[in-house]
Amino acid sequence: MRYLPLTPTDRTEMLAVIGASSVDDLFVDVPAAARRSGLVDLPMHEGEMEVEHDLRLLAAQNRAGWQGPFFCGAGAYRHHVPASVDHIIQRSEFLTSYTPYQPEIAQGTLQYLFEFQTQVAALTGMDVANASMYDGSTAAAEAVMMATRVTRRKKAVLSGGVHPHYVGTIHTMASVAGVDVVAQAFAVDGEAAVIAAIDADTACVVVQTPNVFGTATDVTKIAEAAQAAGALLVVVVTEVVSLGLLKSPGSMGADIVVAEGQSIGNALNFGGPYVGLFATREKYVRQMPGRLCGETVDADGRRGFVLTLSTREQHIRRDKATSNICTNSGLCALAFTIHMSLLGEKGLRQLAALNHSKARQLATALGQIPGVEILTPRFFNEFAIRLPHAAQGVVEALVRMGIIGGVPFSRIGAGMDNVLLVAATETTSEKDITLFARDLKGALTQFNADTNGEAA
Amino acid sequence: MQTVGRPTQPQAVSSIPETLTGARGLLQDEVLIFELGGWDKTGVDLAKPELDASDLGDLVRTEPIGLPGLSEPETLRHYVRLSQKNHAIDLALYPLGSCTMKHNPRLNEKVARLPGFADVHPLQPQSTVQGAIAVMDQVAHWLKTLTGMAAVALSPKAGAHGELCGLLAIRAAHVARGDARKRVLVPTSAHGTNPATAAFVGYAVEEIAQTEDGRVDLADLEAKLGPDVAAIMVTNPNTCGLFERDIIEIARLTHAAGAYFYCDGANFNAIVGRVRPADLGVDAMHINLHKTFSTPHGGGGPGAGPVVLSEALAPFAPAPWIVTGLDGYTLDENPDGAFGRMCAFHGQMGMFVRALAYMKSHGADGLRQVAEDAVLNANYIKARLSPLMSSAFSGPCMHEALFTDAWLEGSGITTLDFAKAMIDEGFHPMTMYFPLVVHGAMLIEPTETESRIELDRFCDAVLRLALAARAGDADRFKGAPFHAPLRRLDETRAARNPVLKWTPASAG
Repeated sequence: MRYLPLTPTDRTEMLAVIGASSVDDLFVDVPAAARRSGLVDLPMHEGEMEVEHDLRLLAAQNRAGWQGPFFCGAGAYRHHVPASVDHIIQRSEFLTSYTPYQPEIAQGTLQYLFEFQTQVAALTGMDVANASMYDGSTAAAEAVMMATRVTRRKKAVLSGGVHPHYVGTIHTMASVAGVDVVAQAFAVDGEAAVIAAIDADTACVVVQTPNVFGTATDVTKIAEAAQAAGALLVVVVTEVVSLGLLKSPGSMGADIVVAEGQSIGNALNFGGPYVGLFATREKYVRQMPGRLCGETVDADGRRGFVLTLSTREQHIRRDKATSNICTNSGLCALAFTIHMSLLGEKGLRQLAALNHSKARQLATALGQIPGVEILTPRFFNEFAIRLPHAAQGVVEALVRMGIIGGVPFSRIGAGMDNVLLVAATETTSEKDITLFARDLKGALTQFNADTNGEAA
Repeated sequence: MQTVGRPTQPQAVSSIPETLTGARGLLQDEVLIFELGGWDKTGVDLAKPELDASDLGDLVRTEPIGLPGLSEPETLRHYVRLSQKNHAIDLALYPLGSCTMKHNPRLNEKVARLPGFADVHPLQPQSTVQGAIAVMDQVAHWLKTLTGMAAVALSPKAGAHGELCGLLAIRAAHVARGDARKRVLVPTSAHGTNPATAAFVGYAVEEIAQTEDGRVDLADLEAKLGPDVAAIMVTNPNTCGLFERDIIEIARLTHAAGAYFYCDGANFNAIVGRVRPADLGVDAMHINLHKTFSTPHGGGGPGAGPVVLSEALAPFAPAPWIVTGLDGYTLDENPDGAFGRMCAFHGQMGMFVRALAYMKSHGADGLRQVAEDAVLNANYIKARLSPLMSSAFSGPCMHEALFTDAWLEGSGITTLDFAKAMIDEGFHPMTMYFPLVVHGAMLIEPTETESRIELDRFCDAVLRLALAARAGDADRFKGAPFHAPLRRLDETRAARNPVLKWTPASAG
């Protein structure tokens, strides 16, 4: 077996050094009833060529984004990732390194984490950011938990624009901790409606901009209302490229910003691994979850970086920790940092402007189709449309025409069966838009005819 | 090469001068990206937008963001320079007991990047992702077969997230039978994530004592079990590197008290293919895919922590569930009985592809060999080091060998000093001061992907250091490392005055 270096001779000689007659002697503590002498019922080992072939066959059963017009968003976005990003993250010294427990021989990892934290703080407009979370949704749940620690209150109010999967994740994690999660009914443009629900028990309000329907919102008034009541404002961003065009949550008064960072540096990967961004104000730093990288000096006075403030963490505080998190999303954070370094402020602004422009072009094209209504009043690169038929069926019809036509809201949330979420990015061509508009129009015409036929 | 007329022998010098630039040989002293001057630079070429952002009015960001950019060559150089300051498994072993990582096969990286896996959206129509769901289903099949368990929740994003998932399933099972419980029992040798997770879920955490031979104290467990205990969380093989001999009895007592047995599966690599956790009475167990199934751990993640569940807990598994029908696979995002959702979408797909490639590469025969070689390698290290270092427990170990600092007594050298001196000899230190149950713990785990030559190199280096420590060569240890990219770092200063990002003022 190609990954196992020991030879039969090695094994025999090593057993002699140990003083055991067979490897079974080393498993002597396993209760006899649980010892398995035979092999489990699974296939035998395969060569590299065979395994690659098997997996290629499975991959071929999926329709990849590049194969045709593609308009899915809803929390994961198809962007171009420069080739150098994937090259660097596959360097042995990054790919095959472990958590930087020994800073003297992990400065590569620690320095990029410090760069990552600085980039995330700048992007979100916040004072400090951590070294990443699993993804945006778990970061959002951790933000709610952090708000309950800061305020010593036990209620979270979620706007009707928060991604339904994020609502589900927050609900699952927070409710067991005794937090009362109040999720408002899904609404295309309802972030400000959380204001009316803030009371003296509210630890935080959670809003999303652009929200799951694509609506961008100035949250300044929400921040003021929350803070006036002693609550924190948590702002969720699922499309981090938007921060190259839209006002930062920090500048609008957010107390905690969590974001899905996948769009920068990371492929769609059918949902993971992604990278959660988590940023807050300086005064709350000791209540943050997750790993933090800080600057210091070595014994010779040279600048270096270490994991720090670990007295918040599980390996020190055990059951008193701010979170149970151990692993973060290091390699995805590295991809984010490299891509962001390639973009810079100039490139990020261009990228964001281009995304926005493509979405406007898409909205113009789709808005001209009879029966299609654009629901989102102000959007970045994604918006919701209402169709005259259930979006699920329409999307399936579009697949047969070679188009991945967006995410039906019913796929992630209840109600709004006719609502379709569509996104455009820099990868969307004008031809993609033309084809989508043509085929959506055609599909709706067919659906109309079928419906009328049934009615008759 | 022209060698005539120039000296070909280096001359002896009395002392080694410091370099003028701070570099060490080819290792550059690399600054932060924020100090490379790229404030009006970009390394990407993008088309000009057709339409502007006038529709967004005052939502548009006008203030500077503060992100430098670099051209592609500068970016490569910056990050490649940084990379050279890292230890990695491709350079030498990570003897980090109970954490560690094994060789990361490159086939896994290649197949994970196939567009059919990498360029697929989690919410695109399910008819267009049948192969992706098939990967999830196959991974589930392998994990269920290897553990003997009824079901698996794939979505947890790391080991600790898997612990949370397992305890949420346990909590849901208790709630479903109207039997809310308050306590979770955890042995003193447990990973910190165990008590942290139990506390997060709202349970009071109580410690179970350990016997002198490094295992759960059955009498103490029996005394602490009661009608308000929801679960026990036991790592097996445990963090002392030992198999819990009484594990079946532990499970029986736990079940008799109406509680569930959560097993921390961090060390499943020691028993995969030889022991099925279901046969031990386990109700829920997370599996760190990086540790047993070779997914990379890229400087601290991403991980993946699928949780296998017993018949009793399977009905409460979180969304989504894979459903197999006549038309192929579907993902049920809202199954009846599920306790909720661990995260957006379906988990760490990229890790599932890698783990599946690893499992298929090894097969039933190879995975059993993995466990045997991992245990053999650990026992070999234990046998070679024990003459000079104090082994914490007698008898064979499983995947890792635990030593105490008793053998350093009187030398003035601590476990930390010893670990830092290992860096100078070219090796990453072992896990230090964990588990907490022995004094000055040194926990060494080699994994099965180390050759005998590499194990001997490691043992020879550690033994030479041990001799130096015993001989009172304190200078070698107290200031170590001397030859790493940086000397020992001031962690107290970092915590006392946290500097968590670059600012223009902190430059220079």
